[in-house]
Amino acid sequence: RDFNERCAQCSEVNWGLTDGGRFYCRSCHNVTERTREVVNTDFITNSRVQTISKGLRKQEKNDGGSEWYICEGFQLVLKKQVEALEALGVCPQMKDEILCNFWRCYLQKSKQAYCKRPAGEAVKALSVCESSTDVDSDPERPSLLHLLSLSESEGDLQTDCSFASSVSKVSESTSVYSGSVDGSLYLMKNQKEKLRMTMPMTLSFCYMALLWVREPITLSELLRFVVEGHIPYLNVFQHFPEKMKLCGLDLKIFCVESWPVYEEVFNKMHELAAFLDLPRFPDITESCFLHPDMLCMKYLMEANLPDELHNWTCRVVKKIGIGEVDFLTLMPGNKSTRKVKYDVLAAAVIVVVLKLLFLLDDHYEWLLSDLAEERNKNNTEGGPYFEFKKWYEVVKHSLDVEQKKLDEERAKYLWRCEKPLFYSVKNKSKVLKRRQMVVNLQNQFGKLSGSVQRAEKPNPSSFQLSWSEENTDGSCFHGHSLKGILQEKCGLLTAMNPDYWLCTVKLCNEKLCGHLAHYREVEFPQSYHFVLGLFSFLLRVQPSYIHDEVCMIEHKLFNKKLYKKLKYNTVLRK
Amino acid sequence: SSNEHKLNFKKSKEACLSYIQDALLQKQWKRAAEFLTCYVESLEKDYSREHIGPSEMIWRLGTEILWHHSQNSMKEFNCFMEQMKTLGVKRYLKVCLEHVFHLLCNGQIDEAYQNLSLAESWRFGEQTALQDKEMKLIQAYRGLLDYYSWSKQKNILLEQGEDGFSDLAVEQEMHSYFRKAAVNLKEIIKIPGVWDIFVKCYVDLLEFYGDHNEARQVLNEYAYNSRFPANPNAHVYLYQFLKRQGESKKSLISALKILHDIVPSHELMIDFNTMLQKSKKRKKRRLGLEVIFAALDYAGWKENAKAWSCLARQVKQIVISEKHLDWIKQEWNSRKDWWPAFHFSRYLAKRNWQENKSLSYEKALVAGILLGKGCKYFKYVSHQGCKAQLKRFRMLKKFVNRHNPVHLRISG
Repeated sequence: RDFNERCAQCSEVNWGLTDGGRFYCRSCHNVTERTREVVNTDFITNSRVQTISKGLRKQEKNDGGSEWYICEGFQLVLKKQVEALEALGVCPQMKDEILCNFWRCYLQKSKQAYCKRPAGEAVKALSVCESSTDVDSDPERPSLLHLLSLSESEGDLQTDCSFASSVSKVSESTSVYSGSVDGSLYLMKNQKEKLRMTMPMTLSFCYMALLWVREPITLSELLRFVVEGHIPYLNVFQHFPEKMKLCGLDLKIFCVESWPVYEEVFNKMHELAAFLDLPRFPDITESCFLHPDMLCMKYLMEANLPDELHNWTCRVVKKIGIGEVDFLTLMPGNKSTRKVKYDVLAAAVIVVVLKLLFLLDDHYEWLLSDLAEERNKNNTEGGPYFEFKKWYEVVKHSLDVEQKKLDEERAKYLWRCEKPLFYSVKNKSKVLKRRQMVVNLQNQFGKLSGSVQRAEKPNPSSFQLSWSEENTDGSCFHGHSLKGILQEKCGLLTAMNPDYWLCTVKLCNEKLCGHLAHYREVEFPQSYHFVLGLFSFLLRVQPSYIHDEVCMIEHKLFNKKLYKKLKYNTVLRK
Repeated sequence: SSNEHKLNFKKSKEACLSYIQDALLQKQWKRAAEFLTCYVESLEKDYSREHIGPSEMIWRLGTEILWHHSQNSMKEFNCFMEQMKTLGVKRYLKVCLEHVFHLLCNGQIDEAYQNLSLAESWRFGEQTALQDKEMKLIQAYRGLLDYYSWSKQKNILLEQGEDGFSDLAVEQEMHSYFRKAAVNLKEIIKIPGVWDIFVKCYVDLLEFYGDHNEARQVLNEYAYNSRFPANPNAHVYLYQFLKRQGESKKSLISALKILHDIVPSHELMIDFNTMLQKSKKRKKRRLGLEVIFAALDYAGWKENAKAWSCLARQVKQIVISEKHLDWIKQEWNSRKDWWPAFHFSRYLAKRNWQENKSLSYEKALVAGILLGKGCKYFKYVSHQGCKAQLKRFRMLKKFVNRHNPVHLRISG
């Protein structure tokens, strides 16, 4: 259907498919060598997979399975993910228009579909799959160990060792290698230029689509929803239809055993956007959720900080120009602009503002707090003044409770699902027996522990910590005023704190060592650690990640002063 | 690298494991069970490169939890153990053995016996040879249970004998248990190891059936064969046997000599000293003094009146004979710096006097001789004793006064 070439014989464009899967011209019945690609535009499993090149494959799948390609699998995964996003309230265009087109574009660019497949490649793919003779004799066939070592280590399935050793004894047919047609091929080729698809990359796709539509879901939220189970990721393959049998190397591709991290998904997304030659993304303006002003508001609320701080965050944003449309909007392929991590950036801005007002040197903020407390005693009108100490106590307590819960949840996480996974048909029965034993033991000890079943997934929520102004215990600081820690100067309220300490005097070269700054190596004040820790928990990223952004903002903010200092230094040296 | 903190299967399970451990240490069985439920899926991963795999973890942790949590329900426990047996063939016999121990702890002797028999008949290719040691243990414990049955039959027989009955069936059963037990017990004690209970039972059987030679040989092997680990009990058993057999003092003394070397604080040192003191040989008497001084170096003997009376007797005897004061000097040399505070403080004098007058009497004699009549301990006790008008204390006072110069010679 997408084949638009003219027939060599009659120059017509009127193609049909033979049973062997080849195109033939309906006008003159000329059969070509071209085979049809697998992908269906309707996002459902292509049931016509069965018609593909049946004659060329010597093995018959007698277990009721049909032939399927890896990218079909990923297609299914994406479909499930975007449906879940829809259920969360994302606009439906994302599925039908945005993501779908992205995916098609990807398939095209990576030459997996919608293009002329070089004949040589097709032959190679088949030769890997069709041989049913002795494993070791074929010099072209990559050794199994080689294949396993080439693939990414993100899913460190330790069964590799035993698998490799068990398979090397087998000299059977290649149904051992993978259930999919091109599983081994997928892992084998060095796909650096072609950006091979992986499970974490599915999330990059989702994020990219969300960004395009400017949905109010940040990447950290997306990843949190994934971990909380609202978006399928870990065991998505159990939703593959019966006909798509998963075994052997497919497991290495689809069965991940780790949660992807922010950095990974983020970087991949940008790579992907460049790879797909996408144009400039829709503008991120001030009214957008992803704009720092908006996100700062959200995070201030979640961190139980006074609303008044928002004025300050807006000022910082404005001063260093990170609220500009051109700064915030993604321009794929543009290597000179720094990629914007909207959520981390907003959190970092708040940290900087806190440093501006409270210094956070383990000394000044407590003094200020005492001062505010004093002032509060005489404060009769309006709301109470914000006291750092009280805020710290309240937030620390909640944070500790939530962190403890999170740690326990992480330890209790169940990674396996009902669908059995086996590398080869040989160890199927062993796998099933093991699974049965696991289920038995789970029942036995589950009864002992008193909890019959795992609690229902909590509803996905945008806020992890919530504070209500209605609480009379004074544990909500939103309405508190900053007047307690500000002073009047020339009719304006300014910070009493005249000092500031930079997280780092010199930024590192990100391309060399991967970071702008090194969080662990230098001792920072405890209050700073605490604040970083708070946002680290909320965003589920490492504190060092936020620290990098803080350094970046500080250097923009104090650019002139730093520049002057550097210049002065160089002059002296001369 | 930034991927170090990535949460993956392995890290998640490691964390889970530490939660289980914490819960167990705090005896929170329900909580431990909760986390173990989440841990068990580790079985579906291959950990062949790890030192302790999940199947062993689950066996050990699960056993602890079930044992403490549902002690009433042995059914659950047994069911779990059966599952564990199928999990790791390399551990099969070990699991069986531990299961048997638990059954015994729960008083289920018959079930334990059945399990042992079943385990004994297990064969699994080359594993059978690899788990030879465990097999021997299993056979040994079955032998032990056979001994136990024998013992029961023997008691029945003895009771019946008293009543004038004699039941042939019981007797035959008894003999058959003996045969079964003897075979297995004999086997295990051939292997170097610590087999106290097996040895005792075996010797008991042998003695009952009059095979004293074999018994003696077994005990000698157990005590003196250098391949066996040093074991004080081996010497104790040998000594007790020889005593029962009415052996000469010479052989009894030689049996206890090594015990003194290994465990100078052993309770048999009193017997040892008593025998040695009475000996005609000077060397033996010398050794006796050494033995009793050594025993009293230990805190556990401080209030042992019998031990002090042994020492007192010997010291007195030496002082009266005026021979071999140098023996006392030698022994006292290394002790004069710390024994006074350790044994003869004024506080102890008061306490000993209040709690045990005989003890204080013996100690006062020793103190008086070793430290002279001016020492705190002697002064206090003898004063109290004389005040209470107890005759022996007056005698004591006289004695020590008379021999007062001795302490100078000893400590000089």
